[in-house]
Amino acid sequence: MILMDLFISFVIVGMFSFGGGMAAIPLIQEQVVTIHQWLSLTEFTDLITIAQMTPGPIAINCATFVGIQIDGLTGALVATIGCVLPSCIIVSILAWLYVKYKDSFILTGALQGLQPAVVALIATAGLSILLLALFGEGVETYSLDNLDIISSVLFIVSFAILKIRKKTNPIHVMIGCGIVGGMIYLAVDYLAILL
Amino acid sequence: MEKGKLWKMFYTMFNLSMFTFGGGYVIISLMKSKFVEELEWLSEEEVLNFAAIAQSCPGPVAVNAAILVGYRIGGIKGALVAILGTVLPPLIILSGISFVYVAFRDNIIVNAVLKGMQAGVAAVIFDVVFDLSATIFKKKDVSYIIVMFLAFVVTQFLGVNVMFIIISCACFGIVKSWYSLKKGGNVS
Repeated sequence: MILMDLFISFVIVGMFSFGGGMAAIPLIQEQVVTIHQWLSLTEFTDLITIAQMTPGPIAINCATFVGIQIDGLTGALVATIGCVLPSCIIVSILAWLYVKYKDSFILTGALQGLQPAVVALIATAGLSILLLALFGEGVETYSLDNLDIISSVLFIVSFAILKIRKKTNPIHVMIGCGIVGGMIYLAVDYLAILL
Repeated sequence: MEKGKLWKMFYTMFNLSMFTFGGGYVIISLMKSKFVEELEWLSEEEVLNFAAIAQSCPGPVAVNAAILVGYRIGGIKGALVAILGTVLPPLIILSGISFVYVAFRDNIIVNAVLKGMQAGVAAVIFDVVFDLSATIFKKKDVSYIIVMFLAFVVTQFLGVNVMFIIISCACFGIVKSWYSLKKGGNVS
């Protein structure tokens, strides 16, 4: 029966998390920590840290992690399927409507209105990731004193590359930043220990 | 839809999903560069529409976007393949890490690489924001530009709920399009 509970819990997470990963976290916490007590609060905090460190949607990462803890790979599959099921149904219907009624004034109008809003939402998310990259986690005041110089240079160079060479694959930029930035951070840490 | 295209879709989605650090927003920029610029399967306008729908539906944005692209290119079969491609990387990676998660979380090399990547992720998101806002500016309609800035200010500084913004912007668009239809103008 625990697999059924797991499935239903993640269907609920998938069905009521609007606006991407961050919005899903309190919902997952409610299901996994408060209602079913599958994870302790400390384990849950670790899970969120890891979900943000690894690629892929946060909700799917959480579903896999919790599922593995409960019933190994079967659990992970059950939770993941539960998590994407509401999306599959709702978005498939919308995709069908989109292809069929692309030219109706209601759909065109709604999408025309949504487009600028979505650009704004992506900008907001981008800004919070940039602040995290430049100043680190949990910083209250942003000043030159706590600005991460390495990260700033990486950001400016990456942005310039993407703007100048339009065909650049963004994945290459991210990998490049990971390798170059990672080596610099490690070198700085190593030097700090030596001195 | 031929087998080759389905396979390509799976491979592409798998690849994109492996690099969606920083939430579903990154996948929009990755999709733009892959499906619009490289493969030329979608137009820029369509990616914006898909981003809008994916964002307005419940569930992970990356999964929603994958379903839309998959369905548009290969119907139900395409959508299923796209979902599989998007879900497999996190499923595999997290399954592996869950056994050694404390060691992974505290590993200095992993942390250094991820810290370096953050700057790259931010750059990729800002690049796509510049490109997408250019498409909005190109519409030569001041009201959309105002909506864009208003939505940004309201989410960034006033912390207004995303759902509220999505619903009001959709309504604004419908009313505007109905109005221009009544006046006998073009819908878009």
